[in-house]
Amino acid sequence: MSADALSEPRATGGRAPDVFKPGGWIKMREYPETEAVDFVVIGTGAGGGPLIARLAEQGFSVVGFDAGPYFRPLEDFASDEVAQDKLYWTDQRIVDGANPLRMGGNNSGKAVGGSTVHFAMVSLRFRPDWFKSRTKLGYGVDWPLDWQEMWRYYEMAEQALAISGPVKYPWGPKRPRYPYRAHELNAAAEILARGAEAQGYAWSPTPLATVSAPRGDSPPCVYRGFCRFGCSTNAKQSQLVTFIPRGIKAGAEIRDLAMVGKIEMGPDGRARGVHYHRAGEWRFQRAKNVIVAGYAIETPRLLLASATDRFPEGLANSSGLVGKNLMTQSNQAVFGTVPEQVRWYKGPPSLAITEHWNYDDRKDFFGGYAWMSQGPLPIEWASIVTGSLGLWGQPLRNAMQQYNHAVGIKMVGEMLPEERNCVTLADEVDQYGLRIPRITYSWGENDKALIQHALREMQTSMELAGVRDVFRQENDTNHLAGTARMGFDPKTSVVNADCRSWDIPNLWICDGSVFPTVGGVNPSLTITALSLRTADRIKAMAGRGEL
Amino acid sequence: MTERDLFPGYDVLSKRLSPSWNDQTRAVVNARLAVPREPRFLKPELFQILEAAAARLVPQPSGRAPVPIAAYVDEKLFENKRDGYRLVQLPDQGECYLRGLAGLDEAARHQFSKSFVQLDGSEQDQILSACQRGALRDGAWGDMPCGLFFSHRLLTDVTTVYYAHPSAWSEMGFGGPASPRGYVRMGANRRDPWEAAEAEPGREEIARVENAHVR
Repeated sequence: MSADALSEPRATGGRAPDVFKPGGWIKMREYPETEAVDFVVIGTGAGGGPLIARLAEQGFSVVGFDAGPYFRPLEDFASDEVAQDKLYWTDQRIVDGANPLRMGGNNSGKAVGGSTVHFAMVSLRFRPDWFKSRTKLGYGVDWPLDWQEMWRYYEMAEQALAISGPVKYPWGPKRPRYPYRAHELNAAAEILARGAEAQGYAWSPTPLATVSAPRGDSPPCVYRGFCRFGCSTNAKQSQLVTFIPRGIKAGAEIRDLAMVGKIEMGPDGRARGVHYHRAGEWRFQRAKNVIVAGYAIETPRLLLASATDRFPEGLANSSGLVGKNLMTQSNQAVFGTVPEQVRWYKGPPSLAITEHWNYDDRKDFFGGYAWMSQGPLPIEWASIVTGSLGLWGQPLRNAMQQYNHAVGIKMVGEMLPEERNCVTLADEVDQYGLRIPRITYSWGENDKALIQHALREMQTSMELAGVRDVFRQENDTNHLAGTARMGFDPKTSVVNADCRSWDIPNLWICDGSVFPTVGGVNPSLTITALSLRTADRIKAMAGRGEL
Repeated sequence: MTERDLFPGYDVLSKRLSPSWNDQTRAVVNARLAVPREPRFLKPELFQILEAAAARLVPQPSGRAPVPIAAYVDEKLFENKRDGYRLVQLPDQGECYLRGLAGLDEAARHQFSKSFVQLDGSEQDQILSACQRGALRDGAWGDMPCGLFFSHRLLTDVTTVYYAHPSAWSEMGFGGPASPRGYVRMGANRRDPWEAAEAEPGREEIARVENAHVR
């Protein structure tokens, strides 16, 4: 065993942790701070990880920063809902608005690998029309990307993460067979299938980023069910065990426990490096290019906090849109009990899905949603029961005693972008002395209509599946997007289709914050695909001398 | 309490040395079981109010050692372990408890002329219900909405620490820690031999025998 990952940086002295061996190390190249590296990447999750690997593989010098620790899952991860909150971003944030967001495990990570270390592994493609939702579907804004090009990057992402999925996926244009076979269904997934079939809707085993057969040093998933608290066997294909080791092997450096607080601008209007806090002191890394990949809260926070006299409203913000159009996804659910013993704690939590309402447009609101089977562990189940039903005392105990008979389905729903939903800086500062984010969120009328439609549909599905004592969880949200949208025009977007800032040519943003719309599926595979595309675009531009 | 024991004889801790528990999990659960019982953040008077409130929010079976709920909540406050966000209407979590527990006591004295800890269970429930409904104000509450304190702090923290305890896992039939062994039998009504056996009414002894073999 080696020193605690949380107390001091591990990736130092020419080596980084070997995530596949307790106490193990791999060789890691290091770059001097005084020489400008080709790329600094801030954040090592689904946005930063693929870029770090691909840029290093293309021969660029790359340093990836993460504010969180560098874990070795085999020695650092317990099977425990509480102890594993060390994977979440739990620094203070203020939330307000009519529907304040709950921050934490649902939507943030603070570790090398970002929130892919604890995500539920659901790996879905956007419906093609969503890349042109304004033109084709009449809402939101168009992406400056072509779906067919993204289809190719989705395939690359699915191969890189060895996604386990069905031979034939029921929705959308043709796609290749998933690289690994689908996982077997648990009882909770079978009940989703029962309900969907009774409604006449297609369903599918969910494409998941956890391997169903051995892959390199990753053993097949053992169905322990603690996926959202970190995978302690390395079956999960997180950034931590895929792109990050690839990047280091190709010559990238990772700096863990390294919080970037400010991007420094040069007199020429270009970024010249980043100030970061590591091992108790502020340091400075010079860079030719800076890529921000901190996700929808930390990305705008850093851009706003890096304001200068020349950029008084923050970097990349001539449009005034940095921090605006924050989106979350509606995450309402319907639960109940069945006579059978379900034991939904076994296996990945979302083994079955229906995307029916992402592809059926016969509805009187914009956007779509999917729903998936569920497997909350005891603490989350208690929070659902208390939060939705207000139970305490003996009624709470009675409900909790039904745990092994409980079952449910939960939506991932599209919320529309609105400028009033935003990230700003509060006056309060955090442990680094940096101003903390204030996150403001209110659902719009369309969001509410979509949620009500989904709750009715999910309730019908559960009742048709024979579920009793059905109740609704009305208040939950999860993934984030927006706050630095990509677009066609510097006046109405923050970055262009290449994730390059309109205002500062060597400043890039590549994570969920560039999403113009959030779609009705979990965003991580789209972020990964976008990151792979951006790496290719950078290579092409570098070849033409356009960096 | 008259609650039926659905999983007679099942004890998650009987798997502590099995392949379902890795070293990290053993260390985490051992530390949890060894939580200091004396308060380190709350003053004793407020700690007793928290203990009394927790006993109503999650009543515990009399047949075994109680889960020290208040000690866990106090530990969270003492170590300043945060959730990752704060509702703008609420102060920092420690301040929430200083105000909220004092507010519960004031309500008890106002309504029953006794301190909260001196009330009987149904009287305490009346105060807690009023808190949940948002009906307590002034005095210690200040500008803190009592309903948000109840739902976002008190009930959330109390249930979180209770259902983090192996005793809670055992009584609800949860498999508990599962790495590296995991599970094999995924379908409905399928039970791995290292999972809790549920007792059908009148057949408790069969389940008890099966649960004695869980390891």
